[in-house]
Amino acid sequence: MSDTADRVKKIVVEHLGVEADKVTEEASFIDDLGADSLDIVELVMAFEEEFGVEIPDDAAEKISTVSDAIKYIEENKG
Amino acid sequence: MRRVVVTGLGLVTPLGADVETTWKNILASKSGAGPITKFDASDQKCQIACEVKPADHEYGFDPNKRVDHKIQRQVDPFIIFGIDAAGQAIEDAGLEDMDEATKLRAGCSIGSGIGGLPGIESESLVLANRGPSRVSPHFVHGRLINLISGQVSIKYGLKGPNHAVVTACSTGAHSIGDAARMIRDDDADIMLAGGAESTICPIGIAGFAQARALNCSYNDRPEEASRPYDRDRDGFVMGEGAGVVVLEEYEHAKARGAKIYAEVIGYGLSGDAYHVTAPDPEMDGAFRSMSAALKKAGLTPADIDYINAHGTSTMADTIELGAVRRLFGDAMDNVSMSSTKSAIGHLLGGAGAVEAIFCILAMRDQIVPPTLNLDNPDEGCEGVDLVPKVARKREVRAVLNNSFGFGGTNASLIMRKID
Repeated sequence: MSDTADRVKKIVVEHLGVEADKVTEEASFIDDLGADSLDIVELVMAFEEEFGVEIPDDAAEKISTVSDAIKYIEENKG
Repeated sequence: MRRVVVTGLGLVTPLGADVETTWKNILASKSGAGPITKFDASDQKCQIACEVKPADHEYGFDPNKRVDHKIQRQVDPFIIFGIDAAGQAIEDAGLEDMDEATKLRAGCSIGSGIGGLPGIESESLVLANRGPSRVSPHFVHGRLINLISGQVSIKYGLKGPNHAVVTACSTGAHSIGDAARMIRDDDADIMLAGGAESTICPIGIAGFAQARALNCSYNDRPEEASRPYDRDRDGFVMGEGAGVVVLEEYEHAKARGAKIYAEVIGYGLSGDAYHVTAPDPEMDGAFRSMSAALKKAGLTPADIDYINAHGTSTMADTIELGAVRRLFGDAMDNVSMSSTKSAIGHLLGGAGAVEAIFCILAMRDQIVPPTLNLDNPDEGCEGVDLVPKVARKREVRAVLNNSFGFGGTNASLIMRKID
């Protein structure tokens, strides 16, 4: 597993208060991890902080699973 | 007329994370005061408070017991205290498994005097230092006063009235009184009612100190700082926590075989129309609030055995006492009156509800809690039983609970024991 994936999963566990083994790459934030739309806003802010990337609103709207987040960060981090 | 009884209690206080621990410590004359640990208070005039203790303390509070991890991260501590106290009250009342019809007739009236001040303070610094795009999406609903009621209603599926009082330091008493009226008026059969506060943060302490309301002269002796009625009192000590009761329509409670602690029989409200922070020196507002509660209760002063006074350890203590004396006349000889703020500090919007619970426990156990640190009763306290320093067994049939707030707002509750 990549370093980015580890760090993304750690943030998800901390913010959503879910068990680490539930945070698979296929997991949907809303359907599988109990997040609501505001939780996703907060997660996106945390990813921006952690990775020093900017995730504009239109890109954030397309992030619905853990792997979407990892992929976006991998492609855009400096 | 529909009668209203109390069937569940919940407390989070500086002396315990539940009802029985808090009460045991109150009766043992313990103080919840100490140096402020939540932040570095070394540059503050006031450096002491009655903090709710951390989970690893002998009587500390563990938020994980009843509040989801995710919610803990999103909301201010007053909401966490309120959700926990409400959960305790629901469990105590045996209402964890309400059916849908019961939930439709169950509501919330849990308020706060100030709300999420620590979070407003810290998020303002985020805004100033890092800009608007860093402000939390949970900022607003994590700080709003009515979000204890909101969270509790969502957690337990309560679909009746969803209400939250904001009347400064009389919030807790108004919350219970308003909720009792909602049951009496047939808006609900069950109401979670009470108040919570947590404003021990730099701007909260500084603000009250600047308003000359906080004790700033006992920083080296925190346990002696809250001393209602004592001639050396010098302002209140800030407390934090929550008190929530389950109010229930009497026949509803009887039908399900609920344990009934007490009946809420009187509620009086008034305004001073005098000054934003100082009480009317004649304490006419307090007098009218108590009189109205007594009239609603259909009692005379001689029927009241215990008064849990507002008694914040400020100059206003003796003014309140004067109003009680004016109302009670000769009945002063029988009544015991104490201020439990001497032990747990002033819980502001939580105070009235926490103190109403102490009144209920006084009736249950037939014992009155003490006024700590009452070494030298001030002028005007002559001939009044202020229960100095040590709790005392005595007959307690009916109780009066007073709460007064900034803005000149007053609330009085009267409850009686049901056999």
